[in-house]
Amino acid sequence: MRIGLRNIPFVRSVTKISLGLCLALLPTVSSQALASDLTDPAGERLFFLCTKCHEVGEGARHKVGPHLDGIIGRIAGSIDGFNYSMAMRAAGESGLKWTRETLDSYLAKPSDFVPGNRMSFRGMSDAKNRSTLIEWLAAVSASAPGKPGSEPAAASGAPPASFADIVLAMEGDPDYGEYLAGECVTCHQASGHADGIPSIVGLPRAYFVRALFEYKTNVRSNEVMKLRVSNLANEEIAALAAYFSGLEPQ
Amino acid sequence: MTTITRRRFGLLAGAGTATLALPRYLRAQEKPKVVVVGGGPGGATAARYIAKDSEGAIDVTLIDPAEQYTTCFFSNLFLGGYRSFDSITHSYDKLESDYGITKVTGMAVAVDRDARTVRMADGSTIPYDRLVISPGIDLIYDSVEGYSEEAAEIAPHAYKAGPQTLLLKAELDAIENGQQIVIVPPPNPYRCPPAPYERASMMAHLLKSNGVDAKIIILDPKEKFSKQGLFQEGWEKYYPGMIEWYGPTVHGGIGAVDVVAGTVETDLDTFRGDLLNIIPAQKAGAIASQAGLTDESGFCPIDGETMRSTEDENIYVLGDASIAGAMPKSAFGANSQAKVAAMTIRGELTGSKVFPARYSNTCWSLIETDDAVKVGAQYVPQDGRIVSTHSFISQTDEDPATRKANYEESVGWYKGITTDIFG
Ligand SMILES: Cc1cc2nc3c(=O)[nH]c(=O)nc-3n(C[C@H](O)[C@H](O)[C@H](O)COP(=O)(O)OP(=O)(O)OC[C@H]3O[C@@H](n4cnc5c(N)ncnc54)[C@H](O)[C@@H]3O)c2cc1C
Repeated sequence: MRIGLRNIPFVRSVTKISLGLCLALLPTVSSQALASDLTDPAGERLFFLCTKCHEVGEGARHKVGPHLDGIIGRIAGSIDGFNYSMAMRAAGESGLKWTRETLDSYLAKPSDFVPGNRMSFRGMSDAKNRSTLIEWLAAVSASAPGKPGSEPAAASGAPPASFADIVLAMEGDPDYGEYLAGECVTCHQASGHADGIPSIVGLPRAYFVRALFEYKTNVRSNEVMKLRVSNLANEEIAALAAYFSGLEPQ
Repeated sequence: MTTITRRRFGLLAGAGTATLALPRYLRAQEKPKVVVVGGGPGGATAARYIAKDSEGAIDVTLIDPAEQYTTCFFSNLFLGGYRSFDSITHSYDKLESDYGITKVTGMAVAVDRDARTVRMADGSTIPYDRLVISPGIDLIYDSVEGYSEEAAEIAPHAYKAGPQTLLLKAELDAIENGQQIVIVPPPNPYRCPPAPYERASMMAHLLKSNGVDAKIIILDPKEKFSKQGLFQEGWEKYYPGMIEWYGPTVHGGIGAVDVVAGTVETDLDTFRGDLLNIIPAQKAGAIASQAGLTDESGFCPIDGETMRSTEDENIYVLGDASIAGAMPKSAFGANSQAKVAAMTIRGELTGSKVFPARYSNTCWSLIETDDAVKVGAQYVPQDGRIVSTHSFISQTDEDPATRKANYEESVGWYKGITTDIFG
């Protein structure tokens, strides 16, 4: 099964150890047991911190971050269909490969290990937690090597699917999107860099539209974002999605 | 005055006659000129968006007396020891190198609206087709008896960032056990409604972390203030007994200030302060009234659809200097207004698409480490005014994770908006 934000049972307990992420309290769905006995539940709990942006396990898809199937042994910045930062692509091209060791250094402080990358995560300072998380990831991601071309990001299971689908069927005007984006880039940097507020540059259209609807319907709880979407009509959401999905992170 | 409305301009252009009657920007080989007075969040954002989006089709000049801009926003965090002065100071270099904006370093002293020129302090003139004015505020020193520009060298207002901020920081750092700080906040309307109270919080944080036992007295000319419940809850929680706030019903009215003696008189009592932070009443920067763009309030009426001055169709007024209806005077708001004006001006000068105006604001305030609160609203024009459609404010008694996330968000916002303003 795929592990994403929606099927993690530990939401309430984990928000207490917030690492400065703005965690949404979501309705939880009970999880099925993981395929492998080798997985440590503590690892799964830690992975909750990653689920806002990453999925792992069979059928995992790209979200804000790339899916993590087959992560151990993967060349950094190398998965098709994900819009990596220049920094991450360059790191891969110069030979960075994800091993337990490199992941450990990266997760300790992502912005130090690959400066200029887009992952909006300050880091996990506790070495034991890192190793628990990495062992868990290694076990789960190995059980799902990751099928290229698996279903597109469209069906992330968000509630009012009908509205999001209506918007997805619309053709957004990127010029209008560019003007409306002025409101977004006050906080979400147009370069795609992230310093405490996640990057939205190059997000897939479907993900973008669904995320905005999740604010409209209180599935996501950030007050600033709920406010910003309050005045957005369908054509405006479509325009924004068209604009941001067409951008390349720098 | 040779003003040409958009409708007439369309007719003229369509007729394709009488080149001499055409405005300068339609004559062959000359690019339309936009001049921006003031390199803060309003002015610098407008300059950058016009230059960026017109891709060289408009000639943009930005006038500001300084080489660098120090933000008032996050200057309280500098006082509290969270930020360095360098980290809140930004250069205009990228606006010149990456966007081709001409930066003129100097003061604009007059606007000739008929000739459409700006006169500089050195006597030179700069012509414009459209003028953007975002000069921020001027302080009405004598709104507080005994206060003056010279007195501010002893009792800083620190309401324009720069040397005043450094002076306040130095005086704050020198506070010792048993001493007292008095803050006199301004009457409405003024820039950044929560700022004096965030400032009190940051002062208390610094004193507390340095183990200094000192008091902060706030003598407010207002009966209530922005985010009052949130601040007062935070003060009780983190700084019990350190911060005392008095409104007019308690102090009865603020009288004379003596910055040398370190006293503030009120009807109730004379308060002694080893540090006085006096923030007087405010009005639009002087160039706005010089150009005849202000009304009796001292600020500039604008059309909410465009941010255009109601006094002159070739001039736009942004940020603190404008009367932007329900929007507070904030950097977030000035930046938002600048984008509407930039889009409108491009539409007028190059025929690019024009969309309906929309504005937004969010203000974060830090109360203590990892405890920030926020307030925000969304705005649209209605009958020429700017009105709020939706708003929110942080709640009292929120969980620490939410407050910490607010702080992280404010740090992200600072980086985002300063990049959006200065490139
Ligand atoms: C302590 C404090 C904290 C604040 N915190 C926040 C916050 O957290 N969030 C927020 O959104 N806002 C905050 N603000 C408010 C914010 O700083 C202002 O609203 C914002 O700076 C307004 O931008 P502006 O472009 O209108 O004017 P300004 O930023 O004042 O810029 C005007 C510029 O024009 C120049 N100028 C003036 N006259 C002339 C002339 N004749 N010729 C040439 N140049 C001229 C000035 O020197 C200045 O550089 C805070 C303010 C204070 C004082």
